[in-house]
Amino acid sequence: MVPEPVRRELRAIVGPAYVHDGPAELIAYSYDGTFQQQRPDVAVSPRTTEEVAQILALAHAHAIPVVPRGAASGLAGGVIPLAGGIVLNLARMNRILDLSPEDGVAVVEAGVITAQLQAAAEARGLFYPPDPASLNQSSLGGNVATNAGGPRCLKYGATRDYVRGLTVVLADGRVLRPGGRVLKQSTGYQLTQLFVGSEGTLGVVTEIILRLLPLPRERATARLAFASLDAAAETVTTLLTAGLLPTAIELLDRTTISLVADYLPDRPPPPTDALLIVECDGTERAAVAAEIGRVAELARHSGALEVRVATAPAERAALWEARRAISPALGRLRPNKLGEDIVVPRSQIPAMVRRITAISAEVGLPIPVFGHAGDGNLHPNILFDRRVPGELERVERAAGAIFEAAIALGGTLSGEHGIGSLKREFMAARLAPEELWAMRALKQALDPKGILNPGKLFPTRPDDRTGWLAALPTLDGVVPCSTPA
Amino acid sequence: MSETTLPRVTLPGPPPLHAEYANLLQCIRCGLCLSVCPTYQLTLLEQESPRGRIAMARAVAEGHLAVTPDFVAHEESCLLCEACTAVCPAGVRMEELGVAVRAAIAQQAPPRPRLARLLQWLAFRVVFPDLRRFRRQARLLRWYQRSGLQALARRSGLLKLLGLATIEAYLPPIDAAFVVPRGQVWPARGPERHHTALFAGCVMSTAFAETDRATARVLAANGCRVELPASQGCCGALHAHGGDVAMARELARRNIAAFEASAAETIVVNAAGCGAMLKEYAHLLADDPPWADRARAFVRRVRDFTELLAALGPREPPRRLTGKVTYQDPCHLAHAQRVRAQPRQLLRAVGLELVEMKESDLCCGSAGIYNLTHPTTADQLQARKLAHALATGAEVIVTANPGCLIQLQAGAARRGLPLQVRHIADVLDDAYREEARDGA
Repeated sequence: MVPEPVRRELRAIVGPAYVHDGPAELIAYSYDGTFQQQRPDVAVSPRTTEEVAQILALAHAHAIPVVPRGAASGLAGGVIPLAGGIVLNLARMNRILDLSPEDGVAVVEAGVITAQLQAAAEARGLFYPPDPASLNQSSLGGNVATNAGGPRCLKYGATRDYVRGLTVVLADGRVLRPGGRVLKQSTGYQLTQLFVGSEGTLGVVTEIILRLLPLPRERATARLAFASLDAAAETVTTLLTAGLLPTAIELLDRTTISLVADYLPDRPPPPTDALLIVECDGTERAAVAAEIGRVAELARHSGALEVRVATAPAERAALWEARRAISPALGRLRPNKLGEDIVVPRSQIPAMVRRITAISAEVGLPIPVFGHAGDGNLHPNILFDRRVPGELERVERAAGAIFEAAIALGGTLSGEHGIGSLKREFMAARLAPEELWAMRALKQALDPKGILNPGKLFPTRPDDRTGWLAALPTLDGVVPCSTPA
Repeated sequence: MSETTLPRVTLPGPPPLHAEYANLLQCIRCGLCLSVCPTYQLTLLEQESPRGRIAMARAVAEGHLAVTPDFVAHEESCLLCEACTAVCPAGVRMEELGVAVRAAIAQQAPPRPRLARLLQWLAFRVVFPDLRRFRRQARLLRWYQRSGLQALARRSGLLKLLGLATIEAYLPPIDAAFVVPRGQVWPARGPERHHTALFAGCVMSTAFAETDRATARVLAANGCRVELPASQGCCGALHAHGGDVAMARELARRNIAAFEASAAETIVVNAAGCGAMLKEYAHLLADDPPWADRARAFVRRVRDFTELLAALGPREPPRRLTGKVTYQDPCHLAHAQRVRAQPRQLLRAVGLELVEMKESDLCCGSAGIYNLTHPTTADQLQARKLAHALATGAEVIVTANPGCLIQLQAGAARRGLPLQVRHIADVLDDAYREEARDGA
């Protein structure tokens, strides 16, 4: 697939130490944050936009697939090299090139870690709001590729709301620099936005100009417990229609709460049907205190069983603990999970959670639901064990039913993780044929040979989705799944 | 949701990995470990990351990958610093996995050159297991350092010629009077608060014998009776990390037996690497029925020196110290034993001003004998650590592990930096000693 003369040229471009094709090294570039796994033919770790451009020109000439990869922490299979070829490891492009309080922007390379930019910005009194749960490991290039979000999206918006300019290497190696250091522009097509959420299928993002805000130094947190999911959902509506705009409103459903309670036996969250964690921020302590006080007051009126408020960092962390413990708590119940990322109109959250509870009972698998209640973005996680015969089929049924329920309620497939390979088969169910046509036309125009991240975003079996989950690649196909001897 | 019996299939990969298979499967590939891994932070290459090493080991266990040279290189470049274990949300235990991977490599990889094998055999099987032999070698080393031979060898270029310059530069100056465990006792000063048994260590009791004595003095000054049980020996960390699990188990059994002879409530260790290893004995001997329970009882008694002293509550020292110090977290204390606050608390308690350095818990590159097997990586980590320490403006780097001491002392000396590197027991001894001593 990648002939030796091409490998020689790759070594000439980036240096032999940065072309990886040992048998073990190919394993290291075969996965992401899902269960999927497929080896590339070669992985390359460039350091500059010029090197990326040369690699793409070479790949284009030989029609070799190229899969750009940041930190491979994605949850949709976006960086799995489904057609082999070259995996482009952008982690070495990790310089913060500029951080300008005067212009209110940061210029970063694609491999900069989200938390590193946040720390650098905070040191200058500035703020980069998007906060995906993976911010300690995710790359900003990956955040742009998936239009990553996080709890603070409610008040501050997602990655796309901060991208002001990009350097993008196109499929044939040409370099495009849409946008710039300006905070607004009406100068033709918004090409910058076209590449946000494009998941490496239209070009390789190598540099990003991001907008920064002044740092809100004051924060306050409230944790609210409710006897029913409906009461929690009503409270969300009450808060958001009362003139308040909290930074985040996070929801934990009953299943999630009980899993977290097992994980934190010393300090379990209250054993209720629903928990909300609400955060407010701002520059004035009194204003933030007043806002969180209003949240607490409205919650009590809406029938909250327990209201706890904190402003000191340690106490706020204690209130957030139940939310932060979810991921490890899930991992310990079953070895595998399929994390979904659906979005529904806010008012449909109770209906969606009820539907998921029913689906969980139908397939006999635990499906805790948590997520960003303020913007209707929910993370149902289907927990399973791939080694149990027949379990994967039940996961497939559950996942399909969840997608279909979200679409029926006026929602969509993904709020912040992206489509990748995991959700591609449901794109035809969500998008009208005309919309898919327009997306394909863009893809065709920018990547006529189809070398950029092939197999992602677009459905491959639009007529019959049966078996879509089992069809995703893993290494286990070669050897039977095994248990410890 | 009923429990289902899983099909039991024998793993095709090398047997040492079988016992760690469940550990391997814990990884959810989130990538959080990349943010704290020294080798990943230096290279930014996935094959040099914990997640990569887990995926490669799993592929070997499942038969998708053979023990190839690139597998061996990327697995052996792991420092076993446990920074990843400390942050892993899924509970993967990297040290245990690393030991199994090295054992698998020892079984499967093509044999190393004959001289390397002979040297490893000499070190692992002849010198380290027997403290009498170890002390004899250490004495020889001291003679080499004091006789003028060392100066001559360094000047002559002979060391470079023999390829021994790196090893030689890392030799710690050997203390004159070794600590030889024979059941001797330091009585508690004042009312006795606690009964302890000191694990003297091999490198600690020879090269850093004075630090062992300082440890005993500080404990005694804080009301601990300190005894030094006979027949204790090397902890076996070097063996486990080098793939010789059989010898590591043998050394563990000897130490367990040696300390069973003592009625002390707590087994105190002043070397973070040894302490982490002693706390691993229950896992190491889990499949050895007569010893598994004894190992668990042993592990329950083990505490790092700072862990015990902070828990007891240090007494007000006779002398308060002044000056600015920075603290370097040994990996095997901060990550493996999760002891971070206690050393800092103790330094402040004796009056010192503690200035935190950046990345205080990123491995300094010592990692057992890693600075000898991987000099380039070790050197980069050493430079990074010393630069962070210098930036604090402190005159002294305090740490709690012989490997870190040797690594940072050698680095500071070679670079001519105005930095002292001291073990925390020696620092606290300055505050607790009864009589003032020049140059203490």
